[in-house]
Amino acid sequence: MKPWIAFWNILAKDMRTYYLKPPNISWGIIFPLAWTGMFFIKTGTGMENIATILPGVVAVSILFGTTSMLAVTVTFEKKNRSFERLLLAPIPLEMLMLAKTSGAIIMGSVNAFVPIAMALFLTDLSNVFWGAFIPAVLMIAVASTFLGLFIAVAVSEVFEAQTFSNFFRFPMIFLCGLFFPIERLPMLLKPLAYVFPLTYGVDVLHGAVNGRHVMPFALDLVILGGFCVGLFTLSLYNIRKRWIK
Amino acid sequence: MEIGHKAAIAVKGLAKRFDDVAAVAGVDFEVRSGELFGFLGPNGAGKTTTINMLTGLARPDAGSIRIGGIDCSGNPRAAQHLVGVVPDESNLYPELTGFENLCFCAALYGLAKREREVRARGLLEDFSLTRAADRKFGGYSKGMKRKLTIAAGIIHRPDILFLDEPTTGIDVASARQLRQLVSDLHRKGTTIFLTTHYIEEAERLCDRIAFIVEGRIVRIETVADLIQPLQARQTLQLAFANPVDRIPAELGSRFPDFECSLTKKGCIRLISDGPIGVGPLVRLLEDSGYVVTEARRLQSSLEDVFMQITGLEAEVMRKEKGKGGKRK
Repeated sequence: MKPWIAFWNILAKDMRTYYLKPPNISWGIIFPLAWTGMFFIKTGTGMENIATILPGVVAVSILFGTTSMLAVTVTFEKKNRSFERLLLAPIPLEMLMLAKTSGAIIMGSVNAFVPIAMALFLTDLSNVFWGAFIPAVLMIAVASTFLGLFIAVAVSEVFEAQTFSNFFRFPMIFLCGLFFPIERLPMLLKPLAYVFPLTYGVDVLHGAVNGRHVMPFALDLVILGGFCVGLFTLSLYNIRKRWIK
Repeated sequence: MEIGHKAAIAVKGLAKRFDDVAAVAGVDFEVRSGELFGFLGPNGAGKTTTINMLTGLARPDAGSIRIGGIDCSGNPRAAQHLVGVVPDESNLYPELTGFENLCFCAALYGLAKREREVRARGLLEDFSLTRAADRKFGGYSKGMKRKLTIAAGIIHRPDILFLDEPTTGIDVASARQLRQLVSDLHRKGTTIFLTTHYIEEAERLCDRIAFIVEGRIVRIETVADLIQPLQARQTLQLAFANPVDRIPAELGSRFPDFECSLTKKGCIRLISDGPIGVGPLVRLLEDSGYVVTEARRLQSSLEDVFMQITGLEAEVMRKEKGKGGKRK
């Protein structure tokens, strides 16, 4: 038995049947454009502010590209019972779920580079510290994907997956320092910001692009890694408890 | 993947509750290696819950399970490499073609690409699906879906195959072909655990049958041993052109040795340990004003055993299945 064959084929199937569909690709391009345009219209600023909003647009692209896709596809497969086929396969549950989540992690990371590619034509990104930026993108993609997995395991219907995803995503947009600095949040909301994994990833992105960050990069990434491990472990526990009951 | 044990499946004290309902209440049985074992019972009796526990999709509350000699009590998924599962509803991927589905299922068991493709092509041919190999599974007919689901369940050549309602809801020709395929697998030495709502199917295919009622196994015997006690009994079925509601009471008082019952189709069924004289009986009934349109001696079958055990007619069970009576 070679579990990596199963791993690779689950990933390849998901990429082909879910992630590389034309609507997903166009969504990945339109989404950052819409956010950037919205920000410019709201603030009345122009191209000189692209570097300021880039970390927020990158983070929100990853967040939306991973959580909803994974939550919806896993819930869909659970609903039509094809997920049972995976549970019947002789591969460790940890490996199975890593295979299921890898597609979303890859897509989330690719989504992050769409706004970066656009920004390269519009502004100077030569000062960006890519050594911190790229690990942060990957870690945000992993944490957001595992958040999507946690959501998928908690619900039973596809529409519930969408609404439950928003329950986490919208507060994260406003509280995690994507577009509004955490220090400008009301006193009561500030502690909430540190409950979400995105806060730590966005802190690294801001630091790497604009040099403004609250915590050391290493600490941010370690905490983000902790969220990844915690969310994945909790999801596996819930799968064993709820789906193999 | 040869199993070196006599018992392919050994279950002891298996129990599972859902809230206040005991879905499976302390079940013991063994399935011998190479055996085609039927698992019959009315809806909600605990068949699917038992299969889910045996295949690692559910965790037992109590009891032990050994699959191919591997103790699955602590880890329900420990013996999955030995097992193939064909669920009661097709669970392949509608967006993949038949060929892709089979290759994907083979990959889940670690088969190399070339081996996957050779086996997939072979099975598509065996199941007469070669012409549909490149069509998406979502566009298959119900019979084709069942066939491909069975093919997916055996692509890794499991020692033990769980077949849940393989012929439900498909046309007669496809059902016959599937039964032949199941027989062929059995002949090749695969241990098969079969649940079905078609009693005659179980009678024709199975070596031994277990009856489960309300989560408990009530009988496990070979088909011959189950039917044998009924062979000495005579069963006569009478059809009438006029209402027959009062006949069971009237015959019961005249012939206390006869078991007399009214079937769902409005016929009278008489069972006796001694011979039943058809001519005198029909004359007696016609003298009483009844118009007998048919009198038929019935061969005892597994259906009679099933009725005796569950109190249900097989026809009723099939209709219930059509309505979807599964708890889990």
